[in-house]
Amino acid sequence: MEQNKHWQSFGELNNSEAYQKAAKDEFREELPFEGNEEGGFFKTSTPRRDFLKYLGFSTAAAALAAGCEIPVKKAIPFANKPEDIVPGIANWYATTYVQDGDAISILAKVRDGRPIKIEGNESSPITGGGTSARVQASVLDLYDTARLRHPKYNNNEITLEAADKAIGAALAGLGGAPVVLLTSTVNSPSTLQVISQFLAKYPGSRHVQYDAVSYSGMLLANEASYGKKAIPSYRFDNAKAIVSIGADFLGTWLSPVEFARQYSVGKKIDEKNPSMSKHIHFETVASLTGSNADERFLHRPSETGAVVTALLGAIKGQGVTGIADEKLKVGIAKAAAALNENKGAALVVCGSNDVNVQIVVNAINEALQAGGKTIDWSSTLNYKQGIDADFAKLVDDLNAGTVGALLVSGANPVYTWFDSAKVVSGIKKAKLTVSFSGRLDETAKEVQYIIPDSHFLESWGDAEPKTGYFSLIQPTIHPLFKTRQWQDSLLKWSGATTDYLAALKTYWATKLGGEAGWDKALQDGVINPATEPAAADAAFKAGVETAAIAAIAGAKKGGEYEVVLYQKVGIGAGQGASNPWLQELPDPITKATWDNYVIVSPALALKLLGIDLRNNGQSDDYEVHPAKKQVTVTVNGKKVTLPALIIPGTQKDTIGIALGYGRNVELGKAAVTDDGEPVGKTVYPFASLNGGSVQFFAEDVKLELAPDMFDVAQTQTHSTYNTDQGNRTEVMKELTLAEFKKDPSDILDEREHELKEYGGVANFERDGTIYPVFDKPGVHWGMSVDLNSCVGCGACVVACISENNIPVVGKREVSRFHDMHWIRIDRYYSGNDIDNPSVVFQPLMCQHCDNAPCENVCPVNATNHSSEGTNQMIYNRCIGTRYCANNCPFKVRRFNWADYTGADSFPHNQVGHISEVTWGMNDDLTRMVLNPDVTVRSRGVIEKCSFCVQRTQEGKLKAKKESRPLKSGENNEWDVKSACQQACPTNAIVFGNANDSKSAITQTRASNHYRLFKSLEQLHVLPNVNYLAKVRNRDEEEGKKEA
Amino acid sequence: MTHIRRNAAKLTFGLVFTLLVSISGNLYAQAPNAKNGEALFKANCTSCHKMDAKVVGPALMNAAERWGDDKKLHAWIYNNVEFQKTGDTYATNLVKEYNGAAMSVFAGVLKPAEVDDVIQYIKEWKPVVVVNDKPTPGGGGETDNTLLFGILTLILAVITFVLLQVNSNLKKLSDDKEGMPAIEPVSFWKNKSYIAFGAVILFIVGGYYLAQGAIGLGRSQKYQPSQPIFYSHKVHAGINQINCQYCHIGVYQGKQATIPSVNICMNCHMGINEYKGKEKLYTAEGTEVNGTNEIQKLYKYAGYTVGQPWDASKATPISWVRIHNLPDHVYFNHAQHVVAGKVQCQTCHGEITKMDEVYQFAPLSMGWCVNCHRNTQVQFKDNGFYSIYEKFHDKIKNGTMDSVITVEKIGGTECQKCHY
Repeated sequence: MEQNKHWQSFGELNNSEAYQKAAKDEFREELPFEGNEEGGFFKTSTPRRDFLKYLGFSTAAAALAAGCEIPVKKAIPFANKPEDIVPGIANWYATTYVQDGDAISILAKVRDGRPIKIEGNESSPITGGGTSARVQASVLDLYDTARLRHPKYNNNEITLEAADKAIGAALAGLGGAPVVLLTSTVNSPSTLQVISQFLAKYPGSRHVQYDAVSYSGMLLANEASYGKKAIPSYRFDNAKAIVSIGADFLGTWLSPVEFARQYSVGKKIDEKNPSMSKHIHFETVASLTGSNADERFLHRPSETGAVVTALLGAIKGQGVTGIADEKLKVGIAKAAAALNENKGAALVVCGSNDVNVQIVVNAINEALQAGGKTIDWSSTLNYKQGIDADFAKLVDDLNAGTVGALLVSGANPVYTWFDSAKVVSGIKKAKLTVSFSGRLDETAKEVQYIIPDSHFLESWGDAEPKTGYFSLIQPTIHPLFKTRQWQDSLLKWSGATTDYLAALKTYWATKLGGEAGWDKALQDGVINPATEPAAADAAFKAGVETAAIAAIAGAKKGGEYEVVLYQKVGIGAGQGASNPWLQELPDPITKATWDNYVIVSPALALKLLGIDLRNNGQSDDYEVHPAKKQVTVTVNGKKVTLPALIIPGTQKDTIGIALGYGRNVELGKAAVTDDGEPVGKTVYPFASLNGGSVQFFAEDVKLELAPDMFDVAQTQTHSTYNTDQGNRTEVMKELTLAEFKKDPSDILDEREHELKEYGGVANFERDGTIYPVFDKPGVHWGMSVDLNSCVGCGACVVACISENNIPVVGKREVSRFHDMHWIRIDRYYSGNDIDNPSVVFQPLMCQHCDNAPCENVCPVNATNHSSEGTNQMIYNRCIGTRYCANNCPFKVRRFNWADYTGADSFPHNQVGHISEVTWGMNDDLTRMVLNPDVTVRSRGVIEKCSFCVQRTQEGKLKAKKESRPLKSGENNEWDVKSACQQACPTNAIVFGNANDSKSAITQTRASNHYRLFKSLEQLHVLPNVNYLAKVRNRDEEEGKKEA
Repeated sequence: MTHIRRNAAKLTFGLVFTLLVSISGNLYAQAPNAKNGEALFKANCTSCHKMDAKVVGPALMNAAERWGDDKKLHAWIYNNVEFQKTGDTYATNLVKEYNGAAMSVFAGVLKPAEVDDVIQYIKEWKPVVVVNDKPTPGGGGETDNTLLFGILTLILAVITFVLLQVNSNLKKLSDDKEGMPAIEPVSFWKNKSYIAFGAVILFIVGGYYLAQGAIGLGRSQKYQPSQPIFYSHKVHAGINQINCQYCHIGVYQGKQATIPSVNICMNCHMGINEYKGKEKLYTAEGTEVNGTNEIQKLYKYAGYTVGQPWDASKATPISWVRIHNLPDHVYFNHAQHVVAGKVQCQTCHGEITKMDEVYQFAPLSMGWCVNCHRNTQVQFKDNGFYSIYEKFHDKIKNGTMDSVITVEKIGGTECQKCHY
């Protein structure tokens, strides 16, 4: 079978000169001999004298170091040791990640009193132990130096007692004017109780929930269609046909961790009986979910209504009407056919916030008999409950001066509401304004009092992400600063004598049968229904869609260009902006870090930027330099200038800009550039209120090319790896379901053919080399990555950063190809359709080759092989020649170009420009997040994935202490899981002992032997990581289609 | 050797005895095992009890006879709180005698059969007759001969020098006689051969010491700092035979053995407030130490006044000086060695039971670690973990492999076993 062409960059697609050069070199720069620009050391004017100087200095330094006495170290034990803390042994506490309505059950790893790592709680039926990048990164927020450390009044420190007294008096003196409690979605039952207790004290008061990116349209549509202002549970795992119209359900929509897990159920392939769910995606700008779809079709944002109406019509057999674009028309017909074929196992979701659009989507799902099967009303999703109209009314009330006091928790409307000025002027009119924000966000800056809330890892609480499914929050550390949980503040101000912990305990103890029940629930972290409720339908009110369809038909038509405001996986609506790990996490699609930008299609690039990607010179010019042309975007007279990135898979007249950037510079170091400017620019002002809901796109946009360029730090083309023999087929393999069904052993045959001369697949290890085969007598670690399950979400990347103390290097270093991530997710486009190519994600970490090329070239043997099959990297032996990195065919080795970790004891050695945010990571407070079992690397050494050696060693020790064999996945019992494996929401990564016939890794490899391949296998490097080929659920055979 | 023999004899006796008892009395389902009892006694009891002396609790020699009834004694040990409720006179008096000091409850810690083992051990215990174990004089005592060799070398060097001078003078004389043209004599300090020779010697000797010094940088074998409290391991672990794990609680669990917190010290020192040992205590410099004063220092940290109830929350931590320091890039785990490897504490820490003040016994250098890994056997047959080494087991079975499996053979000298 002819494999599709896979390409990472336009240069690669065209095989341009710059690409060929890049693929050859490991490091993309000349060696930086600082201060010797021309000719290097021996061409300097006085090489001998310099040599003697260095010699003299080093001798003197050595003598000095030798002359110093060894410092006296103290060992200070506890005065009174708590029984359950043993120094050096981690305690795990079940708690819950909560942020603005999101709630994910987690376990927090606490070492010597410090939470250092977050892992998913496998007892949660919602996530099954999966996490997201943002969950993984949340532990760093705890140690952020920019957190507010004490209550404030008009920006001056006050004590809690003084604040309580003053606020109490102010609340009493409102003279009957209502108090408004403004929060993001609250789904904690005990907190809701506290809120009602507080509101009861101040009659006429109300609680307004406001979500930055709201699901208001959906909530209201469900009220119209089903009489329930709620969001049902979705069951992607039950769906054989999934159609999404702009809903990024694997990345940012509602409950991505849960949905990714369900989605992967339909994508996992049983080789004996291959079948898959079919996912067709309609979207405007390339998203994570669209990139994972089996087929993707593009439309303009203003056409969303037309698309859903046409889809409804097509499902009812009326043909596709009202759509001009031919490709889109075909797509809708295809989608309708796929859905109709799978009635009762079909699901349509839509990301629009327009009530009418969502009503039509409800009608579609009703026509597909989704209720009770793929849409489950037995429990509702409680992540987002804000209604935009409620907040709009609050803004009006504030400006009318009818609100006495405004208390804000979680919500940040000054930043996220499109008419920020109106919110600010309203806030100024209230008599009393209080924010509970833990950091100085845009809203907190405008209020009188700030009573900072504790971080969730310092807090008590509970959450009900899905009705009937509870998750408890317990503190893992004493509050670091003078912060107080906002529930405690509310209780205090409502005159209660108990604190929130007591209220919470009473609430649960009565439900769970006393103290013992509470203790057990707290230990488990979750409270699940005794039996999982059967999926239920809700009564559908027929006919409501008629009016909606009419309204859609009358909607505003798009102008020449349109803009879509989307959320990034890491940054979200702006919550991740102050987190350095998330800022440095490459966006799954654009692979850009540290900025937002204008996403344009290749067609628009030609028209607007004058870049012809089919022209080698021009595509190289665009791709090789981080400097990108800037575009000024004008919407309703508001202008924003941002650099433009060309992203295939984007509708040609639509641009996309990420929300969540351009934050207040006091929010944290990650939100500020080294020049003191905010990172990126905010585009919330481009949103508008349409029919009571906020619309996150604009129909009429003016685009102009701005004069100057702007650097964007992208990672994708840094680590191009390839072979001289041919194209990417040795690196990445994919096929369609039709092909796989026709010839399942296609890939295996191809491998056999390739390795025939060297003993075939079975004997390749022995016959492909003149070297002897080395035994792995005990454990032989191996990893398998299923490219069909991997959705590219990046949870593994952040988990790896957190587990392995990987430094943050900052934007400038990333743009110099100095990014340090041990695991990267390579994004490949496949096919020749530059406008709408297919996408494959390939997580790539050190492949732990059993015949590793890096090991042979190290002059000091700092990297060598273990008898367990891992490629070991020994930092204290490394002298930094970087030969290993040059010889690595996968380009997974990372070099500490500068002293990113502050490990160097000589300040003069910290030459070069290190970003402020990197220094910030070395602050004493922030360093508390470091994993004490992993060495912090110094300047001048290579580092790379270690297969989480600290975890494998710990797991082996556990087994040895219990005198039993290692458990690696048999009966789902694990002594060792790698950090990336644990974080993965779709179980795409399997890791374990390949010598154990019952281990999960052996089982996975055996049951997927048709799809199994190793990257660059023919080189005989013998990787211990294997991949399972991507299969797309398409009927046509790929080669024919492209031809 | 004598010890083993004595123990073996004791063991045989104990076994026979208990066998007889169990047959005649038919009281026990299983014969109580004094050897097992000894291990249990050392792990659980030595922190408060000695056989021949009153410590926190009474001396236990002849305890069974004093109680008169093994069943009562068993019940007392198993759960003394429950037993006190029966109102037994001996128990009531005992509690009174010790001012109501509480004994630990062993229900849940020890199985009833294990309590029997302990009782058996107590019954069988006899004071060890101290044999004169002074080293016999003249028995191959090694003296330091370095000085002697040094002097010899020096003498030989002088003789060589003199002979060389004589040789050159004689040569000059014979040259004169034969009428050879006299070469201007070069005084020996200007002689290039001498200078070269001296330089080479200096280089070798200097280089040796420089290299040794450089390797030794950061190492601190024999480091013996004075501690905030003069704590004698000899008194605690040696004379009173308190199990190491009683204080170093982390040693079986994880990386750090852990230095005991104040509350662990106070477990015993609530009752023991003066040092009454026969052995005198000396610092490394030879100054005598008053043990009772040192206990007073502990009370200061603990915030405890004798006779008053102790509030543990008032305690302040003690800043001990850390003796054993490993560099940050080395991972060392006590549990790995002590539990999985069954290595004795003394292997790395020396004769700790004889140290008043602790010093660093081992060099803690990488060479030292690696050598031990090369020579030490793993628990290959006893530990179930190693069952996964199927190839090795097969080879040992069919004789193609030596059954000695050292740490090195299973990869214990690979870099990333300690550096990551």
